[in-house]
Amino acid sequence: MNTACDFLVIGAGPAGMAAAATAARLGVTTLLIDDQPEPGGQIYRAAERRSENASGVSGADWLRGAALAAEFRASGAGYLPGNRVWQLEKGGRVCVTDGAKASRINARRVLLATGAMERPVPLPGWTLPGVMTVGAAQIRYKISKWTPQEGAWIAGSGPLLWLYAAQALEAGGTIAGILDTTPGANYLYALKHVAGALRNLHYIQRGLELQQRIRAAGIPVFRSVSAIEAKGDHRITAVRYLIRGQWHEKPAAMLLLHHGVVPNTHAAMSISAAHRYDDLQRCFAPVVDVWGNTSVKDYAVAGDCAGIVGAEASAIQGRLAALEASRLLGAISELQRDEQATPLRRSLLEHLPARPFLDRLFTPGETLLLPDDDVLVCRCESVTARQIRDAVALGCSGPSQTKVFTRCGMGLCQGRMCGLAVAEIVARARGASVCEIGVFNVRPPLMPLSMGELASLPVDDCFY
Amino acid sequence: MGTEMVTVYVDGQPVCVGELESAASAALGAGLDYTRTSPVTGERRAPYCMMGVCFECLMTIDGVPSRQACMVRVRPGMRIERQLGARVLA
Repeated sequence: MNTACDFLVIGAGPAGMAAAATAARLGVTTLLIDDQPEPGGQIYRAAERRSENASGVSGADWLRGAALAAEFRASGAGYLPGNRVWQLEKGGRVCVTDGAKASRINARRVLLATGAMERPVPLPGWTLPGVMTVGAAQIRYKISKWTPQEGAWIAGSGPLLWLYAAQALEAGGTIAGILDTTPGANYLYALKHVAGALRNLHYIQRGLELQQRIRAAGIPVFRSVSAIEAKGDHRITAVRYLIRGQWHEKPAAMLLLHHGVVPNTHAAMSISAAHRYDDLQRCFAPVVDVWGNTSVKDYAVAGDCAGIVGAEASAIQGRLAALEASRLLGAISELQRDEQATPLRRSLLEHLPARPFLDRLFTPGETLLLPDDDVLVCRCESVTARQIRDAVALGCSGPSQTKVFTRCGMGLCQGRMCGLAVAEIVARARGASVCEIGVFNVRPPLMPLSMGELASLPVDDCFY
Repeated sequence: MGTEMVTVYVDGQPVCVGELESAASAALGAGLDYTRTSPVTGERRAPYCMMGVCFECLMTIDGVPSRQACMVRVRPGMRIERQLGARVLA
């Protein structure tokens, strides 16, 4: 079965929900497709289920998420949950699957709102059972109220780490200790951007308040950690960490890692949209204009997948992209677009000025970005940093060639987990910048697809 | 949260979980210490990102191998099984 719409939005997080609701309200035939069974994305996952009981450390977030979901549901936009995109084509043709049958959506305009993912940082033992990301633990909390118990350590850096720790404690969880990997020098470097932070003081106050909650609960926090290792044979049993040249070891039943979030660029890269390397966030992001238009005709991006801005700014960016789509599709004039955009741009100023400060404060340290030779970088194909460096020594000039030599990035995750690390390793080994080296080419299918699903596409579609 | 409970079978054992849970969270909640072994090295692996990115949570669900368990919401009677090594092609 094929579907047609004027405006297709991919991803039902804050940017996607806000975009779909805005365009539908302006009379544009809009469809929102998402891989989850309910709207919210990751940050507002299950927010609709929480809104009646929204108190505590994340109460305001649940309410914002529930309000966005309600606005989207009432907007008249179409909704296709539980579907995943596996190919984006020129002219707004998008191939999706519900896990059993594939189909194609013909859209005149596509908005990618695919959000963020946690930066994967390969370190010794990160593949051991009992090691997972802070984001993963938070998802478990959102869908099952799970909290960590005895022997759980949290390690890394970034706002989500502190938010999750406070959430987990509030919900009755136990944390053995926090290993803060924020390099001490970052505080100094971030000062350069302090003017922006002072304009959005609520972000700073929130961060301090979360840390205060954790201190008040008596959770030990170790600062200036420059390396982390998970130890164990079949499961984590201990965590080792390096502070000022000295290794320490503590028993551990679980290790939750977090090294900030980076844009989920897989979809945008698959259509060869131009990308830039962000030196502060140490990641790639699509090149966009003020409306989120990419370098590829008919495709725009909004929210964290266009560069990390946080949930509230993401929703605003989604609305701006929807206004532009509505103009291009003839639903509103340029003047109407600009009039409606003015208050939105003003509210972006409540969120964006603080970004450079936060980005610089939480830029991961060099030692974490460049794993030792024995560390497994590619989890799918079990390729170590040494194998990647050996491939470079043999003459590999970039990640895609390294992939051919080592199978690194050739597994089921298609390089989502190892991509940034490989770029860092190859860049350092070749004495070039990550920007010059680039990342893996992304090709469809964007996720594994069975031959049965592929064959279920209507026959006439194969010969357009 | 006011959610219903459903019964699923994790490696044959019945477990009662919330209706919002994924197969991966059900497996972890049931105490499954690992959910697959790597087809390359045989090492034990467990769900890592819980949001569809890392593909570490591949399990056999209702007889279908290599499903991303974190992306599948539980249903009453669902059979969630550990996947050892590479999937077997039917």
